[in-house]
Order: sequence, then C-alpha cells, then structure tokens
Amino acid sequence: MTAEPVRAPAPSLGFGGWLYAHFDRTYAIVDYEVRKLRHDPSELLLRAVQPALWLLVFGEVFSSIHVIPTGNFTYLQFLAPGILCQSVLFIAIFYGIASIRERELGIVYRFLVSPASRVSLVGGKALSASVRGLSQAIIVYVLAVALAVHPSLAPLDVLGVLVAVVLGSCLFATLSMIIASLVKTPERFLGIGQLMTMPLFFASSAIYPISIMPAWLRPVAYANPLTYLVDAVRPLMIPGETSLFPLGVDFAVLFGVTLGLILLESRLYPRMAQ
Amino acid sequence: MFALETHEITRTFGRVTAVDAVSFHVGEGEVYGVLGPNGAGKTTLIKMLSTLLPLTSGSAQVAGWDVVREPARVRASIGYVPQLISADPQVSGNDNLWVFARLYQIPRAERRQRIREALEFMGLTEVGDVLVRNYSGGMIRRLELALALLHRPKILFLDEPTVGLDPIARDTVWGQIERLRKEYRTAVVLTTHYMEEADRLCDRLAILHHGVIVAEGSPTELKSRAPDPSATLEDAFVHFVGGSIETGGSYRDTQRTRRTAIRLE
Repeated sequence: MTAEPVRAPAPSLGFGGWLYAHFDRTYAIVDYEVRKLRHDPSELLLRAVQPALWLLVFGEVFSSIHVIPTGNFTYLQFLAPGILCQSVLFIAIFYGIASIRERELGIVYRFLVSPASRVSLVGGKALSASVRGLSQAIIVYVLAVALAVHPSLAPLDVLGVLVAVVLGSCLFATLSMIIASLVKTPERFLGIGQLMTMPLFFASSAIYPISIMPAWLRPVAYANPLTYLVDAVRPLMIPGETSLFPLGVDFAVLFGVTLGLILLESRLYPRMAQ
Repeated sequence: MFALETHEITRTFGRVTAVDAVSFHVGEGEVYGVLGPNGAGKTTLIKMLSTLLPLTSGSAQVAGWDVVREPARVRASIGYVPQLISADPQVSGNDNLWVFARLYQIPRAERRQRIREALEFMGLTEVGDVLVRNYSGGMIRRLELALALLHRPKILFLDEPTVGLDPIARDTVWGQIERLRKEYRTAVVLTTHYMEEADRLCDRLAILHHGVIVAEGSPTELKSRAPDPSATLEDAFVHFVGGSIETGGSYRDTQRTRRTAIRLE
C-alpha cells in the first residue's frame, strides 16, 4: 500500500466509462447477494412450499367446483401463471427487511460512504431480489409440468416469463425498500408489508379474471402493477390464454414503474444512514 | 494542504443544534481526536464530514473536495468505520472485501493483491475465508479497518473505534492505527470517550461539548491548561466540560453503543 489517494473515476473516462462503472457496481451488489444465498439457501427451499400449497390445495378445490370462468382452459392452467406472479410478489414485498437489518447492524453506512451512485446501489439490490424471484419461477414451472398444466417450454416464451419475473421482482422489491426507508422499526415495516400484500394480490387477475370483479374494484386492479405482471406472464406460459393488453404494454408499464420506483428510492435510501 | 478543513459547519435537528459552527483542520498524516461526553455531537460531526448527513450551514473540504458540491469525490478519498458494526456477518471477510473492492472500482488486475495486502496488514490472512459471524470482536474491528483502507484513502474517520473491545483487542487496534499513520501517512479523525486512547494516539484533540469545540490542542497542552499542574487528561476534560453530570445522549445512542459492545463481546 502507498499513501497515494484514489480519486473518483475521472470525468475523462467519458460517458462509456461512467456507464460501465454504474453497471459494474450494480453487478457487484448482485454478485454479493448471490454469495449470501449460497451460504444459506434454506430460505429458497422454504419458499417453495407456499406456491405448492396454492396449486395443490386451492387450485384443485376450485378446479373441481367450476365457479371461475376460464374459457377453453382448465382453472389450474389459468391459476398457475397467477401463482407464479404471486410468489414473486410475496418474496419481493418483504425484501426491504434486508435494508432494515443492514441499518440496524450498520452495514448501510459502508454502502453509503462508498463512491457508488445511489442508483447503482438501489438497482443492484432490486436486481438481487430477482434472483429469489427467478428461483420461485422455476419451482412453479416444475409444479406446473407435474400437475399437467402444460406450460409452454418454447425458449422465447420461457425467456419472456423470466424477463417479466425479473422486472416484477425489481418492482416489488424496490417498493419494499421504499417502505423500509420510511419506517423506523421492523415491526411497522412488517405490518405495512402485510397490509399491502392482500390488496395487491386479490385486486389483480392472479386467481380470477378482472371481468368477474365488482365494478368498484376494477379500477384498483388496473392500477395494480401485479395485474400487468400476470397479464404478461399468462399468455407466455399458457399460449392461447387471453390477456387484457398487448405484451408490449405490459412490459412498458412494468419497466416504467420499476424505473420510477428505483429513482425514488435512490433519493430516500441515504436517509437510512442519517 | 490540509487533509480536512471545516468552516463553521452546523447541523440542526428540529430545534436542537447538534453541531454548532465548528471550524477546525487536520493536517496530512495527523491523528486528530474528537473527545466529548455522550450527545456532544461527535457522531453528527463525523457523519457530515463523510457525506452521510447534509450540512445545515457552513462548508467543509475533505481531501481537497467540497463535501456539499463533490460528495462522490470525497467518498472516493475517505475511509469510514462507524460506531455500529459495518462488516456483514453473513459472508466471509474475503467476500466483504471483494464487494467493496468493486464498489470502489479498484482495477480488476489489482483487486486480489490489494485484498491480500489489506488482510495481511490487519493480521487476518488466516481467517479470510471464515464467515464474519464467527469472528471475535477485535477481528471484526480489524476487518472493518481493512475495508476502510482497501482503496487507500487519504483520511480515515473512526467513530469510537474501540468501544466494547477488551483491553488486548483494544491495544491491537491502537497499534494498527499507529502503524497506519507511520507507514502510509493516512490522516485519522477519531471520536472517543476513552482518555487513554486520546492520550496515546492523538497528535491533537478537540473537546466537543454541546456541539461546540470548547478546547483544542495536543494532549500535553490541554493538560497544562487545567488548573492543577499534575492534571491528567481526564482532569483536563472535566475542567473544560464543566464537570457537570451528563445530560446528553438519547435512549437511541445508549442502545446503539451497548448493542455494538454486546455484539463485539
């Protein structure tokens, strides 16, 4: 070591260098989270139980009583993409607890005194959450094949689902981090997370079509990001299934909302060290 | 050039003024101690200088950069060890260092070498691959120092670096700080409650009381300014802060200090 100080990357690197630094730092955070998961993958296995219960218990019961109109497809075929998206929501919406833990421990200080931009830090954490979301997607796909839901395994369809899952995970994880930045205690964070989960889940097209909802609930469903996630995933996973909007619209909404939330959280995140 | 220079920096929280128009400077390679009772504003001061907390008024230059206008450049030139434990217990010492080597954009070719050097300097080579949750208190603090030094900062901010450490671990950390100054001429700004620490490590000291510097000078100077000629630093401290029963420090501060102490046990 020498006493030579290291300055921030000089502006002479240009836009390319600036952009590279952003992506490299974002990736560093993702890599770090993956290392943590490798040390303790038990959470991922535990998380496989819930979608299995939804498909096996809820799905089988509602299939047998035929109360939900699902057109030419079985109810399980309608439900499987919804449960995939629900698992993504449930695993991401409490992601902010990691930020709260980092604040309690003091780790957040170290991130915030580093020269990494706040957008890289928040973006990296959001993308890390999608590693968990992707593991959920794989579990639901395996269950779907086992339950004769016949999900599409065409590479482009699967790729589309994976991209949607990454976007959805980033979106809900960032929403969760925003709540974590605003509340003071883990108890309140969990309370708010719990409060948000049910409306997000039930006011969406995850387990029944929007068309059977009462009129007052429909606008809520259309304002709910989960609806757009389900709407993108359903026709990709079960080809021929109907959707409310073209895929392009669904992806544009998911991307736009995620970006907006990341920018908002990158303003709020520094509060964690104050 | 000074390593650090502040001009009347002030921070208020609602109606409370935590740091009140504080001006001081730290030379290159100097160890500067901020001594003060609980709630004196020590942590607030360090947080402002390390860009974590916006200034209410005043200005500060750290490593030649303005903390308000060029925070990213300040961050690239400083190391910071907070009072709370900032190393991640869920991964190994190596992984902790690895992620920060990348956040600080240490060139790919040098990362491995730098991480090895940092571990070696702090005497942690043997435990690089061990999860931090299995480290002892002294090892955690030394890893945090290694993390703060990885990018070869010009200035190191240490907020109560030895709180909760046993005397042997404390002595080791002191030794590392002394070596750091001697070998790399890194300027160090540290806050402390411990008179022994201030006396042994610091070239100059500021005594902060209710957000104001009430006395500044070398430990010897401060002692000589107390009325009793045989005064210890502790006597001098009591003389300058008025010897009143402490009223500062919130429940939250106390909880934090104790939690850090317990976790380092």
